[in-house]
Amino acid sequence: MAERERAATPPYGGVFSARSQVMDAEDLRRAVTRIAHEIVERNHGLEGVVLIGLQTGGVPLARRLAEALSQIEGTQVPLGSIDVALYRDDIGLRPVIPEAVTDIPFDLTGLTVVLVDDVLFTGRTVRAALDALNNYGRPRAVQLAVMVDRGHRELPIRPDFVGKNLPTRHDEIVDVREDGVDVGEKRAR
Amino acid sequence: MKHLLSISDLGADGIEEVMRVTDSFVEVSERAIPRVPALRGKTVVSLFYEESTRTRLSFELAAKRLSADTMNFTVSSSSVKKGESLRDTCQTIEAMGIDALVVRHSSAGVPWQAAAWLDCAVVNAGDGWHEHPTQALLDCYTLRGARGSLEGMRIAVVGDVKHSRVARSNVLAFTMLGAEVTIVAPPTLLPPSLDGWPVEVSHDLDGVLAKTDVVYLLRMQAERQSEALLPSLREYTARYGLTSKRMRLMPDDALVMHPGPMNRGVEIAADVADLPRSLITRQVANGVAVRMAVLFLLLGQVPGGA
Repeated sequence: MAERERAATPPYGGVFSARSQVMDAEDLRRAVTRIAHEIVERNHGLEGVVLIGLQTGGVPLARRLAEALSQIEGTQVPLGSIDVALYRDDIGLRPVIPEAVTDIPFDLTGLTVVLVDDVLFTGRTVRAALDALNNYGRPRAVQLAVMVDRGHRELPIRPDFVGKNLPTRHDEIVDVREDGVDVGEKRAR
Repeated sequence: MKHLLSISDLGADGIEEVMRVTDSFVEVSERAIPRVPALRGKTVVSLFYEESTRTRLSFELAAKRLSADTMNFTVSSSSVKKGESLRDTCQTIEAMGIDALVVRHSSAGVPWQAAAWLDCAVVNAGDGWHEHPTQALLDCYTLRGARGSLEGMRIAVVGDVKHSRVARSNVLAFTMLGAEVTIVAPPTLLPPSLDGWPVEVSHDLDGVLAKTDVVYLLRMQAERQSEALLPSLREYTARYGLTSKRMRLMPDDALVMHPGPMNRGVEIAADVADLPRSLITRQVANGVAVRMAVLFLLLGQVPGGA
């Protein structure tokens, strides 16, 4: 079973051990294609639509969505990435370190922003991202696309586009990779 | 990281960590609204027993850009003038409920003493002739930005090494990151012992310049020179000042750095300071982002470690 380190979730620095696979590479590809179609449908095309991936898990997913969108509509949507570490409400409660530099090389005013993340859990990351977006202009609308919605929301936030709804226990870990989605546990070392 | 007291405590890994996090704060500083809510509700106090422009202002700006509250302590208008001791002053400030104390003092070791007395995070902003860690961090960051890496870089640190806390912190940091450092100074301006310093020493600037990628000039600290260490400043300038004529001895892409404040016409010629190859203003700009990273790493921590 794949073991990956996840420094940012408790127990900090533990090791993820996967228990079962819930999506394989093909499932993931189909979900990306479907979400791309839904984005086009919802926005009546791609006029004024930009994709912004949340660091770190949402960034590769945003890139895949952009590829799928360009195959459907033949246009390249602007792509950005955002690191919300400095906007989190749990600074001082857990180790929060910026993972990557935010890259939004365009003014968001008047645009429709599709935020992209791999897993939607408590909603606190998305709340921080909404705060952060404010500093880059006033979008016309913000929509949320996630690969896995695992429930346990702590804020009134819901996704607009979902790859898979996955009921989980609070202490489980969902791991989204390029080639599939695993669910498992985190073990202290 | 509970305190930032010295480069030796931080180590090479710590320097790398600060530099990695600094990238994010450079991006914040370049935004139209350069402010993030990361340290909302935290209070940062600067306690400066010595004068300062860059360090004090950039710490203050760094704290403000992180949405922390800042207070400034100026010795000349405080109860220190009535004879309040360092310990009482520190404890009085802490009793008001602060999260970080940025301290500069003319005596080496004061930040350690303050860290022992206080529960809040302590940042050394320069202690005597000893260390000035945030200067070294911002210089490493600036060089990394200009060249990608310090590995194998040949750096000449020129001038009043004896009285320079910048020299101590920078030599440590540069060598930890793999640079080869040569100290260039008249014998009277070297520390009494260089045992354990991983550096070459030279008294001949002209001879060193040809094999140098970066010239790091130190400020001639006239205020610290009670004893007559130099025949005259003019003689120092003639042998160790960086003039445009001397610049021609260096490789074409060699860089010039200075921690400020500059004595134009003493250690650096006025026209040299303003050349594109001079990184001096970039050092100042990066100083704010580096200090944001330091404050964030100190105050964004989980209570009780981790």
